[in-house]
Amino acid sequence: MLAFIIRRLGQSALVMLAVALISFLMFRYVGDPVASLVSQEATMADQALLRERLGLNDPFYVQFFRFIGNALQGQFGISYRLQQPVAELIMSRLPATIELAFVSATLALTVGLVLGVFTALRPKNWSTGVIMTASLVGVSLPTFLIGIGLIYVFAVELKWLPSFGRGQVVDLGWWRTGFLTESGLRSIILPAITLSLFQMTLIMRLVRAEMLEVLRQDYIKFARARGLSKRAINFGHALKNTLVPVITITGLQLGSVIAFAIITETVFQWPGVGSLFVNSVAVVDVPVMAAYLMFVAFIFVVINLIVDILYFIVDPRLRVAGGR
Amino acid sequence: MKKTLTGIAAALLASCVLVSAASAETVRWARSTDALTLDPHSQNQGPTHNFNHHIYETLLDRDLTGALQPRLATDWYIKEDDDTVWVFELRQGVKFHGGEDFTAEDVVFSLDRARSEGSNMRQLHGDIVEVRAVDDHTVEIQMAGPSPLYPNNVTNTFIMDKGWSEANDVVDVQDFGAGEDNYAVRNTNGTGPYVLVERDPDVRSVLRHFEDHWDETPEVTEIIYLPIADAATRVAALLSGEVDIVQDVPVQDIERLAGTDGIKIETGPENRTIYFGYRFGDLREGTSISGTDGANPFDDVRVLEAMNLAVDREAIRQVVMRGQSIPTCVNMPPFVSGWTPELDACPAPDLERARELMAEAGYADGFSVTLDTPNDRYINDEAIAQAVVGMLGQIGIDVTLASRPVAQHSPIILNSDTDFYLLGWGVPTFDSAYNFNGLVHTKNDSGLGTYNIGLYSNPDVDAKIVSLGTMTDLEARDAVIAEIWEQVQADHVFLSIHNQVLAYAMRDNITLPVHPENQPLMTSVTFE
Repeated sequence: MLAFIIRRLGQSALVMLAVALISFLMFRYVGDPVASLVSQEATMADQALLRERLGLNDPFYVQFFRFIGNALQGQFGISYRLQQPVAELIMSRLPATIELAFVSATLALTVGLVLGVFTALRPKNWSTGVIMTASLVGVSLPTFLIGIGLIYVFAVELKWLPSFGRGQVVDLGWWRTGFLTESGLRSIILPAITLSLFQMTLIMRLVRAEMLEVLRQDYIKFARARGLSKRAINFGHALKNTLVPVITITGLQLGSVIAFAIITETVFQWPGVGSLFVNSVAVVDVPVMAAYLMFVAFIFVVINLIVDILYFIVDPRLRVAGGR
Repeated sequence: MKKTLTGIAAALLASCVLVSAASAETVRWARSTDALTLDPHSQNQGPTHNFNHHIYETLLDRDLTGALQPRLATDWYIKEDDDTVWVFELRQGVKFHGGEDFTAEDVVFSLDRARSEGSNMRQLHGDIVEVRAVDDHTVEIQMAGPSPLYPNNVTNTFIMDKGWSEANDVVDVQDFGAGEDNYAVRNTNGTGPYVLVERDPDVRSVLRHFEDHWDETPEVTEIIYLPIADAATRVAALLSGEVDIVQDVPVQDIERLAGTDGIKIETGPENRTIYFGYRFGDLREGTSISGTDGANPFDDVRVLEAMNLAVDREAIRQVVMRGQSIPTCVNMPPFVSGWTPELDACPAPDLERARELMAEAGYADGFSVTLDTPNDRYINDEAIAQAVVGMLGQIGIDVTLASRPVAQHSPIILNSDTDFYLLGWGVPTFDSAYNFNGLVHTKNDSGLGTYNIGLYSNPDVDAKIVSLGTMTDLEARDAVIAEIWEQVQADHVFLSIHNQVLAYAMRDNITLPVHPENQPLMTSVTFE
């Protein structure tokens, strides 16, 4: 077990390094940070001076190793754009993103499960057809369009919900939450729906497919033959066996909800890490971009690591391979 | 646990109080980006200056026509016996937000900080040799030579308190190499009409009127500043009543908003000209020009004249800009000294004459070139370029469009790795010399011609441009400015298209006049 985890940790570190290397290679093609830092009065000499001060004249590998060295000490530098420490910026934006991800993942999971089970159990019901068709819309419409549409209906026309921002937040010292105020709760509704729609339809279709599969299995037939109640068969046996792949997918999707809430955050001016990243890309704020990409890689690595460890615990065959 | 709960309750209570304190004099002001920093000298950027103008003050600023007006300085003049010294007489009885008195020492300190190495404002103060306090309310600025127009450069240079800066270790501007941020990035102590109450970067900032401010109390006593990046969301927030003023209105929404009940639009010319430029001289390595047997078609003024005749600026105004631009044929907006209606006037588009000129120049069959344009910098920049591609196609010039975000466009432009490009140019000093120094003078290492992308070079013009810097006889100076423009126009150095128009949208009981530098002060807001 220990050897397995250590090997996995080693692999994770390699993945992080690879992500850092690739992102650094890409930064050279994003543009020149100096161009967006100086005003039109700046002379060529001023720009050269600034480039030198930012260390942009150093060869690529020197910049890369400097970044890695600092990152290992928890130093991600100062944002070119906002002139604040990057680690602090990301930490201050993280609560907004995590709260949004949490609400939308819960929403996606609950609604997705319920609808998935429903459509699997009543495949011939007319409402199943409606739900399945509607879910196609959820998968195929781009996020920003859904977001703008919701804003138009619920904020501009009906004036029920706010169109942007996070509302009033309460500072708990280490975490700023929007869950404790009415405006905060109202603000999260539209972005959470927007962000969850894709995951919701994905989970629903997955649950339905798995459930239909499971319902055809022999043990369900035996259960029926034994005269067990419908409820015990459907929820006690069928649903339980459906959940394994659903949990895996949901876990991985949670990573991408946190990491790629970028579009939703931009449309709703949600002050999370995604909108921070978008604003940074526009002006080639390399320290923020690098730290953000490392952060995203870290989230995926951690989730994968947990999933792997869970597999290890669940699946005895892996244990044998590990012991060899 | 109990403590946390009490904390939450207190925070909730505080937020309730905040909400109820808001009265009719509160204005919720939205624009596309937040101020980057509160440090007054570290960024030379419009939205940052705009925000900081509410907290800090400058010696002089500009009124709605672009003319200089007194702010912290009440009078300014060239010293009688020495034309290299500017004297600023300072306003008396001015207090900083922290209660400190505003004195000449603060001005000396701030100007020295603004021209220090880490400052992004230093280019505007490059000619200063020394700043000295004569007495508590008089400052003398020793320039390297006669600098008759220097006061134009101080309109965005904010004055900080010397004692406060020293106490908080912000004598120097943010150093990117340092491990931590400068105190002044997030904390302020200015003399401005508003005090910073709350700041959450990219989310919201709250400013409240400074009771001890020297000027009359403005109608707006509280400002809630809300950056909203997405244009559609920004407009939706105004329609839904969540904001009162939207500063950056997308052109395609102007008509619709103007027709919406309860909302009105204020428009006015912006200090920014959109133009196309050419790369002159021998073809560069990797040139995109083909079909000319190795010659540079842009060196033939007939080609340039033909292009000028082929571009239909009125069509661009109506179709691309939806009426929101002011066509021009000279590279400066009307507020700039040296502007005349004659220079501004455009010839009527004449394709026939343009084709004749192309034939005369030996390009009856046209040629090919790539046009470099930014796509996120100016209003509809990419669409303007597309329109021009079509118009030039009619006289046989086959233009390929290369459109990039400004972060990638800028390095290409600054290295002159382009043959034909789109750029916008604002004139913060409101003086033609600024255009000549940046765009027309031969590119050199001492900071002249930095944006002379096309490498235009005319020694005669260069000499005249340099002479402008030290001319104190303003009438003679204007004559030289006119001569330079005449030459620039005759050489068709620029293909000017239009001046941008600013549009602010607001509730119809509010009036916020458009500021030519796009730096409106909320003190200028009036309620009905």
